[in-house]
Amino acid sequence: MRADYVLKRFGIFLIIVWAAATLNFFLPRLSPQNPVREKLTQQALSGGYLQSGIQEMVKEYEAKFGLDKPLWAQYLNYWDDLVHFQFNYSIVSYPRTVLSMMGEALPWTIGLLGVTTLLAFLIGTFLGALMGWPGAPKFISNYLLPPLLTLSAIPYYVLGLVLLYVFAFQAKIFPIFGGYAAGVIPNWSSLAFWWDVAQHALLPALSIILAAIGFWALGMRAMMVTTQGEDYMIFAEAKGLKGSTLFLRYAVRNALLPQVTSLALQLGHILSGAVLVEIVFSFPGIGTMLYQAIRANDYFVTQGIILGVITSIGIATFILDLIYPILDPRITYRRA
Amino acid sequence: MASVPTAAAQSLPVEPSEGGLGEKLRGVLGYMRRNPPLIVGLVLLLSLLLFCGIGALVYDLNRARPLSVPPGLPPAADYPFGTDNQGRDLFAVMVAGTPLTLRIGLMAGFIGLFVGTVLAFVSAYYGGLIDTIIRGVVDIGLTVPGLLVMIIIAIAVKGNLSVEQMALVVACLAWLYPTRTIRSQVLSMRERAYVQVARLSGMSGPEIIVKEMLPNLLPYLLASLVGATASAVLASIGLEALGLGPLESPTIGMTLYWVIYYSALLLGMWWWFIPPIVIIIILFVGLFNLSVGLDELANPRLRRSV
Repeated sequence: MRADYVLKRFGIFLIIVWAAATLNFFLPRLSPQNPVREKLTQQALSGGYLQSGIQEMVKEYEAKFGLDKPLWAQYLNYWDDLVHFQFNYSIVSYPRTVLSMMGEALPWTIGLLGVTTLLAFLIGTFLGALMGWPGAPKFISNYLLPPLLTLSAIPYYVLGLVLLYVFAFQAKIFPIFGGYAAGVIPNWSSLAFWWDVAQHALLPALSIILAAIGFWALGMRAMMVTTQGEDYMIFAEAKGLKGSTLFLRYAVRNALLPQVTSLALQLGHILSGAVLVEIVFSFPGIGTMLYQAIRANDYFVTQGIILGVITSIGIATFILDLIYPILDPRITYRRA
Repeated sequence: MASVPTAAAQSLPVEPSEGGLGEKLRGVLGYMRRNPPLIVGLVLLLSLLLFCGIGALVYDLNRARPLSVPPGLPPAADYPFGTDNQGRDLFAVMVAGTPLTLRIGLMAGFIGLFVGTVLAFVSAYYGGLIDTIIRGVVDIGLTVPGLLVMIIIAIAVKGNLSVEQMALVVACLAWLYPTRTIRSQVLSMRERAYVQVARLSGMSGPEIIVKEMLPNLLPYLLASLVGATASAVLASIGLEALGLGPLESPTIGMTLYWVIYYSALLLGMWWWFIPPIVIIIILFVGLFNLSVGLDELANPRLRRSV
């Protein structure tokens, strides 16, 4: 792996984080609202106070949060905080920091998203490879493809709602919400707790997997069809190689490359969908946390989550970029 | 609202026959028979439009407002889809909301496609530094989860969004994907013989783009429009389900928001969430098939039968 390739990819990662953080800083400041005044007015109203002293209080708080300084000073300050992982406190559940709340929710999301994305990618790619291979059984493309394609057109969370209603509410086979049974204290060393979590995670996972398989299958099938016209395939066949070698080592290996590229591109899209799946199932991950933060106007939590998630996606993309040259050594030699 | 289907019907590659309308129609029908996804897509979307059109004519849409009917009733003769917890008639909500959701999608789709096409031409035709910048922005923009960026934007402009503002929020990112795909189309088109001939015969850059390339790109642009509309609808419903939509409009996404907000599922109020789900499924499956059909129309050599 060449150093300039790695450096370039890392540069792109830094740009992603910088852009996300900068948007996060400037967009809210472009809006005419003043979060401090709003919060104080809200509290004054709910407490039934007169609003006479509010102006002074707003000034006081703005000085405290550094909001009275010029914009560039605030921006530098903001970066200083970010570099030190200072994500501020939650407004709603005050003594807790945004970082600790995210630390609690993130493993759930990574677990759900990692497993489902990987499974959907593997199953979908495998099915797609079979669909694009002349020697494979025909029933796959005849009976499996149409329903999978239809499912892939439907948003994850809509499928989630259907599954939830049918299997959890009507049939009562699966628990209806949460990440584990209510009242249970998370204990990752007990097998029973794992089983409980698996039961709760199955429906959300299923709604992501079922909806995503079609996408991967379609892409893989198209690539398999393309590879079959290539010279090296004809040559390999003429050499008299076994069908399974042709399929795995020649066709699949080459068709897989664009799939990995598109996996890197799709991560953000998958995450957007998974956020809403979590909300539908009240799964205790980042998505549900974000939903609650938005509902409660918990400004810092919303910002922290968005920045944290975009950074994580950036890291994931960076890792995929590093894996990619191992699959396809040509990529590092290309000057793109 | 009907602009997508009619535009699709008009731009079909009919042989320039002198046989008049009947002949042309037969040509269109003959083509449609060879392109089943196009038919499926058109039929699904037209039936959705028909539902809204007829519904709007015969039904009192004021019932889509909260507190206009008794709350929490299951479907009955008076309320075909039942009513929700806040006293909306769900039939009226669906009839009034589907066009709103489509409007958000189409507005954002058009803006995205327009901006995307302009940027793609600038980027691919002129190349150089500007191409590097546009390509870089698009590549990076596409890796970032769009929903999250839209959440930042929607929160920044908060205070009640109107349906049009909602469309603008969604349009903020709707141009990224069209820019990328159209750019690669333009790149390959730039090397074709007829463009070279036009250049040699002294046509200026903008002239070549408008007179030579755009007409040839039209079917492809139409397919991109459908794709952009579908993702805009998806994004808008996602934002709305999070509670960042036009709170006072009965769009499909807002209906889902209320479904989640009041846990309609746990209350067993199936009539509350089944209609929006069915409409979303018809809409997306219809748009998906339409875009596959148009893809095949724009790129007959592809022949990716579905």
